[in-house]
Parts: sequence; C-alpha cells; structure tokens
Amino acid sequence: MNEQICFYRQMLRIRQFEQKAISLFEKGELPGFLHSCIGQEAVAVGVCSALEKKDYLFTTHRGHGHVLAKGMDMKRMVSELYAKSTGSNRGKGGSMHIMDVSVGVLGANGVVGAGIPMASGTALSSKMKKDGRVTVAFFGDGASNTGAFHEGINLAAVWGLPTIFLCENNKFSESTSVKNHQRVERISERAKAFGIPGIHVDGMDVEAVAKAAANSVVRARNGEGPTLIEADTYRFLGHYLGDQVEYRNEDEHAEWVLKDPIVQIEKHLEQAGLLNEELKKNLIQEIDAEIDNAVDYAVNSADPHPNEAMDHIFV
Amino acid sequence: MRTIRYRDALREAIREEMTRDTSVFIMGEDIEDPFGGSYKVTKGLSTEFGKERVRNTPISELAIAGAALGAAITGMRPIAEIMYLDFTTLSIDQIVNQAAKIRYMSGGQVQVPLVIRTQEGSGNSSGAQHGQCLEAWYAHIPGLKVVMPATPADAKGLLKASIREDNPVVFIENKMLYNIKGEVSDKDEVLGIGKANIIREGQDVTIVSYSRMVHESIKAADSLLEEGISAEIIDLRTIAPLDIDTILRSVAKTHRLVIAHEAVVNGGIGGEVAARVIKEGFDELDAPIERVGSKASPLPFSPLLEKEIVCDFNDIVTAVQSIIPNAKEVTI
Repeated sequence: MNEQICFYRQMLRIRQFEQKAISLFEKGELPGFLHSCIGQEAVAVGVCSALEKKDYLFTTHRGHGHVLAKGMDMKRMVSELYAKSTGSNRGKGGSMHIMDVSVGVLGANGVVGAGIPMASGTALSSKMKKDGRVTVAFFGDGASNTGAFHEGINLAAVWGLPTIFLCENNKFSESTSVKNHQRVERISERAKAFGIPGIHVDGMDVEAVAKAAANSVVRARNGEGPTLIEADTYRFLGHYLGDQVEYRNEDEHAEWVLKDPIVQIEKHLEQAGLLNEELKKNLIQEIDAEIDNAVDYAVNSADPHPNEAMDHIFV
Repeated sequence: MRTIRYRDALREAIREEMTRDTSVFIMGEDIEDPFGGSYKVTKGLSTEFGKERVRNTPISELAIAGAALGAAITGMRPIAEIMYLDFTTLSIDQIVNQAAKIRYMSGGQVQVPLVIRTQEGSGNSSGAQHGQCLEAWYAHIPGLKVVMPATPADAKGLLKASIREDNPVVFIENKMLYNIKGEVSDKDEVLGIGKANIIREGQDVTIVSYSRMVHESIKAADSLLEEGISAEIIDLRTIAPLDIDTILRSVAKTHRLVIAHEAVVNGGIGGEVAARVIKEGFDELDAPIERVGSKASPLPFSPLLEKEIVCDFNDIVTAVQSIIPNAKEVTI
C-alpha cells in the first residue's frame, strides 16, 4: 500500500477508535477516565512510522493513538478499557496505564511527565546492551514544566542516550492555555538548555512528523544522542470526557479544526488521485469491523477473578 | 571469616555481584573515583569496572530513580544510589507511583530488579535535612521491600540478596554504622529478605529493633543484665515484609515487648509491630507494649539538642524497666 494511504488509514483507525471509545464511555460501559486524542492522530502515526517493533515507547494519559500506531493488538486494548481479564494489563491498568511489552509499549502514565526519566533509563539499557533500540517518550506541553522533563532529558543528553523526547504541544495543560504556563514561544527551544537538537514540526502534517521522527531515530541509532521534537497540534476535545471546556477560546479552536490532520491528508490524496469516496468508504468499513470485533471480544471476555486482586504485586 | 567494616562489606557485595552478573550496574551522585561516593561505599569501583557501569549522575534524584527503573524493566539490574534518604523525597514519584506499581498495573508484564541504596540517621549534627529516618513511608507502600542492615555481615548478605531480587528494594544504610567492624563470611553468602535475626536470647523481655538501634539495644540489654533482667533482642533486618512470626515466638517466651527505632515514634514501624502483636499474640502479653523512638521534632543541628531528640540505650532501659515491675526481683 502507498505510504500516504497507510498514514491515512492509521490516522483514520485512531479517529474511529476514539469515537467508539467515547460512545462506549458515554454509555457507561467503560470505568475510570477517558482522555481523547482526537486531533492529534498525525503525531502518533508519523512518529511510530519511524519506529521498529523492538523500539520502546512511553506514552501519557492521552495515549490510545500512540499505542495503536505502535502496533498494539486492538482486542487486548479494548479488553483493558473494559477492565477484562483478557486486557493487556489483565484489568489492572486501564486506559491511563495501558502497557504491551510485546510491541515495546512500556506504559501510559497517570503522572504527567513521569515517563520521561524512565525513557532515559530504557535508552540507557539499550546503550549498555548495544541492542540497537531507541526509546520514544511522548508527553504534552504541560509536562515540559515538570522536573521530570528537565532532569530526564538532561540525563539523556549527558549520557548521549538513544531517546526521542516527543512533545505534543496540544495547547492545553488540562485547562490552562500554553500561553499561561510558559514564556518560551516554542518548547523545542528548551533543547538548547540541554545541548541537544530541538525540532519544531507541524503536528497536523503526518509526513512532516514522520520525516522529523525518522531523522531523530537515525541520530539515536547512530549513537548521536537524544532529540527533542515539538509537534504543534491541538486537542479537539476536552481534557477528559465530560470536560465542559469553558476555558477554550472558540476562535482558536475553530482555526485548529480547519487544520484537522485527517481532512488535510484526505484532500491531498484526493488531489493526487489516490483516494475516492469508494476507497474511503471501504477503509472505514474495514476499520469499523476491526473495532466492532475488538469490542465484541472484550464484551464477551471474562472479568478478572477476585482472587487475582493480590497477584502481580511481587514476582 | 574476616573482620571488616560495614562500608567495606557493602562495597564487597556490589563488587561481587557486578563481577557475577554483567547486567548489574550502579548510578548516583559523585560515586565515581577519585571521590568514590559521599560515604565512600563505591570507592574503587569505577576504576575496577569502568565508568559505563559505575556512573556519576547530575544532581537529579528524580531522574536517577526513574532511569534506574527504566533500566530495570528492560533487562538490567541497576543499583541507584541516593545520597541521603532525605533526598529520596525528590525521587518519590518514581519510587512510589512508578517502581512499586508498574508490575501490578501491567498485570505482571514486567519485573523490577531495582535497588535504591540510600542512608539515614542522626549522630553527626547533619541537621534536619540529612538525617531523617523515613523508612516507615516506604514500608507503607505495597510493592516495595525495605531492607535495613545493622551489621557488616547483614549489610553484605542482604545487599547481595537485594541485587538478586526481582522486585524493587529500598535498601537503607545508616551513616553512623559505616565504620563499625564485624565478622563477614568469606563465602558467597546471600541472606533471605524478610527474615529477622535473634541476636541475643533472653527470658524476660523482647526488644525488637533494626539498623543502628540494634547496637543501642545490645547496650541496653547489657545494662539490664546487671539488674538481673534478661532481654531477648530481635534484629528485624527487613521492615517490609515484616517477620512477624519470629517476633510472636519470642513474645510467647518473654511475654513483654519493647520496640526501638531511631525514627520518631508516631507513625513508625513500632506501631505496626505493636498492632500485629496485640492482634496475633494478645494472650501472651503480660504488660503493655512499649515503643522507643526519637521525639517528634525535626533534627536539630546542635549536638546537645540532637542528643535531646534522638533516642538511645537509656530510653530502651527505661522502657523495659517500666513494664517489668520490681525489676530487681526478676531472676535470670
């Protein structure tokens, strides 16, 4: 399949998945919290296109797109959202802690910024073992104000570790606008403070993201150390499902919705004669079938046995 | 058997485990030669093993713990040295929210062979931010093991065990013990985590202690013996998990219990031991349980004031006397 069609398909898959998750959550079928990544699909797909299965990935509370793009099995993922025994985490993690070691997904995190120092550690492991892996840590603009960001990236810089620190600047740290939580114009400028390259990229353009990520991955695999990438994107929905977004500037929101990464690539593909209504319909049907299948699997899976509550605390 | 210092016993444990297993490495602030660590535990190790496996870090306690955790879940066996237990307050997200929970949250997908090595304790005017005894915090967290050796032999045997352990261990040394000497086996002795040690048998009272207060307990027991009181001393060695069976067996024999630790009394491990004994060994008790600990104050700088706050063997003697009426009449 054409690379651009692949990108499109993956982004569409994430969008459809998130929409399904929202409807399930609203029906009360999924416990806990849900943080939608709608609007940010190009970052997930672009970055993961540069990775191999063996590479490590840390994500955030808003991580469904990242883990799907990294190759996580959708059945195990949905089952985890349903807190079923067949979930990747056997129902002990949920959306906010989703993990699948088999595809290098070392976890979403409930603490903003916490995956960053851990990513330096997995990259240290790779450097010491010379296993050729790179680690990507996804985080948001809010995380770039945590101590974990500054300590974790500095450590990777000092040791020249194979890490890509990927900041999705979606313009909000929960309800606070990026304009009110930092003075630097671009988060990528902070790379200077660590003596590493900082790249700013249009996070609504999947190909631009893919290119930036690929260059950074090459650098990391060549032993040239970490890169900080800031992908400029936008959180189309609230911080969590149920957030009334009273704090949002509607003009700004409308402007960003026009840059919808999926609409952009659709236009591009249509102009290039690579996409028409029929193909689009087929792709959506195929994706929805996969999602429905995963939901059926989860719904029909067993709950965890109460006896498992005390399992997995220690080895 | 050889007689070596606590500090050297720790270094031997690290050296032997690094030699035995190439996935073992150590990282922390100022641990490389020529400095060799604030308390010189790692002296010589970077020269012997190289700076790839004995790594100086920036002053970044959160990143030290977090990076060690990342390495631990991807096949390495890191030892993260945090210079003072007080400074683990800066690492605590990675220790408490991440390391202690990642195996559980993932449904058992990863193992966490991580050792956080640190030290605590008063006694050298280190003041309120360099001597706190915060072990009970970590013992309170499901998913962590907390090891606190009192002797060179235990320091070595338990550090080796902690490095081989597939779960996160908070290994807490005591700064006033680094120079004490003791016999250490020449063999590759690996002790069991979670096993207390009866270091002196006695009949009249059980003194449960750990880390530096074990030595104060010995002094107290010597002094009590002159009054005709025979004290049994238990060194917990590990405060999480707690070896409650050894304590209960001893209380069934002596019927009296004193728990002594350097940490402040309120919210300390003494309360947990007491509650367990009241619940599981109530019928054996002939007297109220006494807890000995430091006063509920930040540690003062003045040596004189420090002595006022921190408990010692005199407090243990007083506590024992208070639960043995007519102490002089008790026979051995």
